[in-house]
Amino acid sequence: MARVTQTRREFLQTSAAIGTSLVIGFHLPAAGRRRAGSFKPNAWLEVQPDGAVNIWTGRSEMGQGVRTGMPMIVAEELEADWQAVHVIQADANPAYGDQMTVGSRSVQTGWDPLRHAGAAAREMLISAAALTWGVPPTECRAEKGVVRHASSGRSLGYGQLTERAATLPVPANPRLKSPAEYRILGTRVPRVDTPAKVTGRAQYGIDVRVPGMVFAAVARCPVFGGHVTSFDATAARAVPGVTAVQQISRGVTVVAENTWAAFQGKQALRMEWDEGTNARWSSQSIHDAFVAAAARPGEAVRTTGDVAAALGGAAHTLDAIYDAPYLAHACMEPMNCTAQVTDGKAEIWAPTQNPQGIQREAARLLGLGPEAVTVHVTYMGGGFGRRGGPMDYATEAVELAQKLGKPVQVVWTRQDDIQNGVFRPATYNVLRAGLDATGRPVAWSHTLVGPDGPSFMITRGADELIYAIPNFRLTRVKEDPGIPVAPWRGVGPSQNGFIVESFVDELAHAAGKDPYDFRRGLVSGQPRLLAVLDRAAERAGWRSPPPAGRHRGIALWQFGDTYVAEVAEISVQQGGLPRVHRVVCAIDCGTVINPDTVEAQCQSNIVYGLTATLYGEIGIDRGRVVQSNFNNYPMLRLAQMPEVEVVLVRSDNPPGGIGEAALPAIAPAVCNAMFAATGTRIRRLPIVHAG
Amino acid sequence: MPEFTLSVNGQSRTVNVPGDMPLLWVLRDTLGFTGTKYGCGIAQCGACTVHLGGAPTRSCVTPVASVGTRPITTIEGLSGDGSHPVQRAWIAEEVPQCGYCQSGQVMAAAALLAAHPHPSDADIDAAMTNICRCGTYQRIRRAVHRAAGEV
Repeated sequence: MARVTQTRREFLQTSAAIGTSLVIGFHLPAAGRRRAGSFKPNAWLEVQPDGAVNIWTGRSEMGQGVRTGMPMIVAEELEADWQAVHVIQADANPAYGDQMTVGSRSVQTGWDPLRHAGAAAREMLISAAALTWGVPPTECRAEKGVVRHASSGRSLGYGQLTERAATLPVPANPRLKSPAEYRILGTRVPRVDTPAKVTGRAQYGIDVRVPGMVFAAVARCPVFGGHVTSFDATAARAVPGVTAVQQISRGVTVVAENTWAAFQGKQALRMEWDEGTNARWSSQSIHDAFVAAAARPGEAVRTTGDVAAALGGAAHTLDAIYDAPYLAHACMEPMNCTAQVTDGKAEIWAPTQNPQGIQREAARLLGLGPEAVTVHVTYMGGGFGRRGGPMDYATEAVELAQKLGKPVQVVWTRQDDIQNGVFRPATYNVLRAGLDATGRPVAWSHTLVGPDGPSFMITRGADELIYAIPNFRLTRVKEDPGIPVAPWRGVGPSQNGFIVESFVDELAHAAGKDPYDFRRGLVSGQPRLLAVLDRAAERAGWRSPPPAGRHRGIALWQFGDTYVAEVAEISVQQGGLPRVHRVVCAIDCGTVINPDTVEAQCQSNIVYGLTATLYGEIGIDRGRVVQSNFNNYPMLRLAQMPEVEVVLVRSDNPPGGIGEAALPAIAPAVCNAMFAATGTRIRRLPIVHAG
Repeated sequence: MPEFTLSVNGQSRTVNVPGDMPLLWVLRDTLGFTGTKYGCGIAQCGACTVHLGGAPTRSCVTPVASVGTRPITTIEGLSGDGSHPVQRAWIAEEVPQCGYCQSGQVMAAAALLAAHPHPSDADIDAAMTNICRCGTYQRIRRAVHRAAGEV
């Protein structure tokens, strides 16, 4: 089985942890360089003389399986023996293109370059063998790390061809395999990171150990936008293990010999803050401001047809108001970063979705060129967008490392993570739709009020419906209460899926139609949407009554080039909360790299979305986050886990993303099932507050 | 600074730390056993689960002074080479995603199976309360059943 090669930094960490001396000479080849005797035609792969194949991954592993999936693509075209493959995580490096691991797009954007990288190398190895034997390359073929000449029965392993292959030109247009020729893609290749993750050997950012390092915690203003006016560190300095107290731009750091002493020291700080102008906000005042803003004209995001006229002429109109709350990401690994700044250079170990962003930002902070900043990407204990755009966790460490002149790991407490973070935006939504006399929707008007932020976080998913409705208008009104927002798994569709697919369900009921049939009628010209819808309904037994006491809801979503339909089967518990027993998820994500990973990502999105649907809300009081930890920002646990059945709808289309696609449909599927159960429409999440 | 002698994964280790320092941080920062994770600090998430005298214990709220002579087993000491039936089942079911909670999940499952070799779904619900943000719960349940009878 392919495995993850221990990287140099992991080796150093292990060495430090077990107290052995450092072996400086141990290193893995950097991108673009090759070791003597090896064949390294590009940044992505290297064949060693012993036949071992190194494959680099430029994107970050946060659970989504990219450290296995992207190398599978290279290995497929290379015709590598997967058993001989070692996967190596690349540092921040332009050789790997854009390394930002967001938007479910790693495999999508990597699909062509990775296939070409592998195919070019395969053709060079074939040419090297053909030259060796003095036969035309067309008479040779590659298979599992060996080039064969069928008519003479001769064969050479890739390792025997490295010297000669390295002298050949890289073909510009290598032949790509057809899907029928795939041996690795589409199979359940075991993830390369699993063994390390069940033995405690996997190194996350928080596990980085550098000789001479210290640990730090940061006291930040509890009100967003506030800052330190003064502080008394007497008690903090008295905590055993605390070695320094240092102010940085975002607050006051307590530096210590271990994490716990840093946490204790931070707790002992007496802080005076200038809370700034945001201290006036509460959840209620934010809601009131959103309601008032909805009356303002706003910006027309997309308009087709004449909505006012169509609503005026509609046989039946519906009005609804939907609320989506602020949400924290709550990655299991709290934010952290380790940095060392010495002699005009910086070295950073970051659990990050954005190594190049950190490299640029650190270079800017330190007044260095990006080439002077090395960013090592560790495993991440969850990302979900928190470790994508935002770089707060890294800049704090870089700034402090420079001030201290020694390596430091800044670790956020869970409370810091929940209270000083960045959040999925809250929005307030005014919807109105019209049906004609036959029950077909003819008009859709949506006024979306929310904070400042890029459109992909606010309006995506509400701006263009999958359904053919001739008269459509989305208006955006900005009202920003100063709560910092960031991409959250699923981005705009994480809230707009709930809003759009719940309101579509309202239209179905108003039209007197079955919600499945209603959607079917609206996507009849879109075969991929229709296929997932039908497959989900079929597997869920939509046409048959649910078991006694259970109720079903359905939702349909397109996320980029991935199509998902979900059916949730629920019962209503005492207290009015749903118990979700079963979720059927039909997905067409084009070419499937690894079916097990697709299934895992569907399960993952459903749990992440279901947690938010049932419990997720960040409340604000006096400009501060009310919640602080998992006791008051609860998570779905194993006992509440529904049985998730994933139906893979296969196609040969290019691969679509899977890291977020199954998330937007779960909230509406559950809420639509709640309507089927109770006749009450849930228009405000989380459900725990709906009653 | 007080001195404590701990038995960690079968080895005797002496540390000089405050008595109220949680075992989690002694393991991670003093002794270098970073497989045990920090997740919440208030015994909510279970990422810090170790075995203390064989019992699953949330080390983030366990003062080192309370450990006494009870042997400590961390994820690093469960098998050494990943061959514990729970680890093998976790691999077979491809449980981990981000993996951060999995040390705690594996330790919780190993303790459950040591006490109940053939747990029911209800037993698993009751014992496996660790938080996984990636949503690996369905696979955890299957992996526990797969490992049943082998611990």
